[in-house]
Amino acid sequence: MLSSGLCKRIIPCLDVANGRTVKGVKFQNLRDIGDPVELAIEYQRQGADELMFLDISASREERSTVFDLVRSVAEHLAIPFTVGGGISKLDDVKKLLSLGADKVSINSSAVQRPQLIAEIAEACGSQCCVVAIDARKVGCDSLSSESATTKSSTIRSSTNRSNGAAWEVLTKGGTVSTGLDAWVWAQQCVELGAGEFMLTSWDTDGTQEGFDIEMVLAFSGLPIPVIASGGAKNPQSFVDVFSLGQADAALAASIFHDGLFTVNQVKTTLKNEGITVRLC
Amino acid sequence: MNANGFAVDLVTSVGGNLGSVARSLTRLGVNFNAVDAGNPPDGSRPIILPGVGAFGAVMSSLRAGGFDQTISSLVKAGTPFLGVCVGMQILFDCSEEAPGVAGLGLVKGNVVKFTQGKVPQTGWNEVRPVNDTSWPSGFVYFVNSYYAKPDCANPESDSVILYEADYFGKFCAAVSVGNITAFQFHPEKSGEFGEGLLKRWVSDVV
Repeated sequence: MLSSGLCKRIIPCLDVANGRTVKGVKFQNLRDIGDPVELAIEYQRQGADELMFLDISASREERSTVFDLVRSVAEHLAIPFTVGGGISKLDDVKKLLSLGADKVSINSSAVQRPQLIAEIAEACGSQCCVVAIDARKVGCDSLSSESATTKSSTIRSSTNRSNGAAWEVLTKGGTVSTGLDAWVWAQQCVELGAGEFMLTSWDTDGTQEGFDIEMVLAFSGLPIPVIASGGAKNPQSFVDVFSLGQADAALAASIFHDGLFTVNQVKTTLKNEGITVRLC
Repeated sequence: MNANGFAVDLVTSVGGNLGSVARSLTRLGVNFNAVDAGNPPDGSRPIILPGVGAFGAVMSSLRAGGFDQTISSLVKAGTPFLGVCVGMQILFDCSEEAPGVAGLGLVKGNVVKFTQGKVPQTGWNEVRPVNDTSWPSGFVYFVNSYYAKPDCANPESDSVILYEADYFGKFCAAVSVGNITAFQFHPEKSGEFGEGLLKRWVSDVV
């Protein structure tokens, strides 16, 4: 069988607000991590394949700082980076790309107005349009009490996977249940021109118990790359999400921000397990 | 490499956005002069064409004002030229992406679509030098649905391939023919290794 030489990608994620890096546990209880540009350069040095900047600014004033951040990051960084968070207009996408972002990630705004995906794909190309999907397994009772509550009966579409599992799309940082079947939504995104998925499991995000292998595997057959997100605990988590989950890339924050492991350590483990990665 | 005072002509993409290649040149200390149909290159400096977008769109924007002819004549006259991504593809005769649209035809062959795997190929892949092993092997960043296929009927076609890589089969990742060099990948997004390749090209053509 012919093989793809393509490497599995490791993507540190930097949550930013008001120009500073923060990381939420279950998107709450923020703690300051540091200067995003310095962190970005450090991750590039460690061998990160790409970076994700997720703007979780609370206000419009704060959010405008992301433009300066993108300009500054682009000046210093020689690897691709994606910007997400609060993007709802094509004009914002064009501005972020012109300042040097390689891709944008859209989430709630795409669920509200799916046509935004088509607009970005048409104007800027599919390759720069990452659709982030936050999802939770239907019927899963592992959610903390403050999280969104939804009854599985509200899921609009039945599952079409053999094991009968289904995931519901959540928006607004996990606070809003949409009743939308994540698989159906993903198919729609592909048709509209999405270039990549960033799939965050609400069941594992912030838990540091490993990626949600079942969910990632269920979506891995989609015709565009799937970036798995949420739950990275140690290098073995990455081995699992690539070998068992068939992810194309894996994104993580705390494990790297807290200095538990470097990107290079994770990649060395992956290489030793026979997984194709870029070591620098 | 001492690039002080050295400059290249950088073809701006549609909309005048200089983009990541410009930022990369700045990091490397290479000056650049933005050129387009209204401010064409004169052949006194090497030309870099970073292609952004689709084959058909790039060709039609180059054709505006006969800019394609300007570039072709300069390249034929020996001006060093570096094409990046779609800037590599348009050097060929034609592309499956835009049937009926002629490329610059400076390198014989066509551009075809990947038929296996996720398309576009997105991410890091290893490139290996084919003929000139003074170019190093290493990992570079690709985002491409199409790749160039130098003309197989041409006995010289193999010798134009600078780099090859695997994506469900070998594909041509870079070409080098005379004063023309072109990368299908993004050297400006390929970390230190990619910037090393840009540096190498610059020092070759200074």
